Amino acid sequence: MEKTINITLKIWRQAGPKAKGEFVTYKLDNVSTDSSFLEMLDVLNEKLISERKEPIVFDHDCREGICGMCSLFINGHPHGLDAGTTTCQLHMRRFKDGETITIEPWRSKAFPVLKDLRVDRNAFDKIIQAGGYVSVNTGGVPDGNAIPISKIAADEAMDAASCIGCGACAATCKNGSAMLFVAAKVSQLALLPQGRVEAAARAKAMVAKMDELGFGNCTNTGACEAECPKNVSISHIARLNREFLSAKFKD
Amino acid sequence: MWLIDSSIGRKLIMSITGIFLVLFLIFHGTMNFVVLFSAEAYNAIAGFLGANWYALIGTKILALGFVVHILYALYLTFQNQKARGSKSYAVKNNQKGVEWASQNMLVLGIIILGFMGLHLFQFWSKMQLVEISHKLGCENAGNLELAKDGAYWVRHYFENPYYSVLYIIWLTALWFHLTHGVWSALQTIGASNNIWLPRIKVISNILATIIILMFISIPVYFLLGFSI
Repeated sequence: MEKTINITLKIWRQAGPKAKGEFVTYKLDNVSTDSSFLEMLDVLNEKLISERKEPIVFDHDCREGICGMCSLFINGHPHGLDAGTTTCQLHMRRFKDGETITIEPWRSKAFPVLKDLRVDRNAFDKIIQAGGYVSVNTGGVPDGNAIPISKIAADEAMDAASCIGCGACAATCKNGSAMLFVAAKVSQLALLPQGRVEAAARAKAMVAKMDELGFGNCTNTGACEAECPKNVSISHIARLNREFLSAKFKD
Repeated sequence: MWLIDSSIGRKLIMSITGIFLVLFLIFHGTMNFVVLFSAEAYNAIAGFLGANWYALIGTKILALGFVVHILYALYLTFQNQKARGSKSYAVKNNQKGVEWASQNMLVLGIIILGFMGLHLFQFWSKMQLVEISHKLGCENAGNLELAKDGAYWVRHYFENPYYSVLYIIWLTALWFHLTHGVWSALQTIGASNNIWLPRIKVISNILATIIILMFISIPVYFLLGFSI
């Protein structure tokens, strides 16, 4: 038997990057608790369209928690209350009947609001372009056992690589710092032989770009790790610090 | 200069000056603890730190450490607030596992700095400053005999329960500051990984507690009605 709830939504509406935004309250009845959070927003948008009102703009794509497109600051947490999930993996069964849900866009100097709940996350792409890749020719596919990689390093690199670049870390950080993102991207390559070659230059270039784009200074509060939908650990930040400092001291 | 231009460079300065100040606290705390057992031994240690050339150099380096730590803290906080943007969240909840101290390091720092002003006025200006003034030829700068008797000033202030309570408040703020500061400093210089991150957090809690217990034992001792 399907259960339904009635909810009140307080959603940030903003016509454009320069426009002054405000919260608009919507009532939505008979929301299935089986629906996902984004499906609930789809239902609200259908309703708005049928009333000839402008639908709410929000980012979403794969809806299975791997693309990093969905954002939304829901009731004071990026990607909602649940740990280790993205917004698209959040379900309406996590909310109570009659609850008021506040939905805000990411707020950070480096992530300007484009419209309603959508923000410009190009800053992260620019950081990746600054060095988050391997530019050496690694040749064809070698035998699996040609380059031995320890299980520990492989696991660590894989954990770092699970970062989907959604921006929740910078959005929740009280300092607006992107260190967890940059640390994950530096770590995933620095831990493996192919990426190791350019590790020092990469750490310097990506940190320089991060600072240039106006992200803040990490103060190790650990809020990023707590809100990361992929549970990326702040021990990667320590690795980034190590990589960066040793590269600078070598210069 | 990358120590000023890069975020990690600036953090390194915070970390190094922070560790330096923690080392100072360990020394200062140990020295204070001695006063509970022997006022003479305490005065002997304080005697080494009068207006000697090495004590003066030490004081200057220490003051520099404080100034750099405070200036960088203000600079970093200013930058971080700029990075946060002009709009704040309407609803913002705290996360599990995020220490309260880590979110309030600047406030704690300001509280510590305010009390430090009081502390410098009560002790430093009556002791080392008087000795320096006398050395510079200023005869009416204060009583030189009392300046050499640190235990007298400890007794003088802590016999007043209000001052004892104030110092306990101060030291509590410092304890919070240290519980985050010590492990954060080690994380910034990259001295942690998955195994060591929980360990350095425990170590920093223990270290902060030991330092503060050494300091706080004195006002508590006086509050309990004992005297030295």
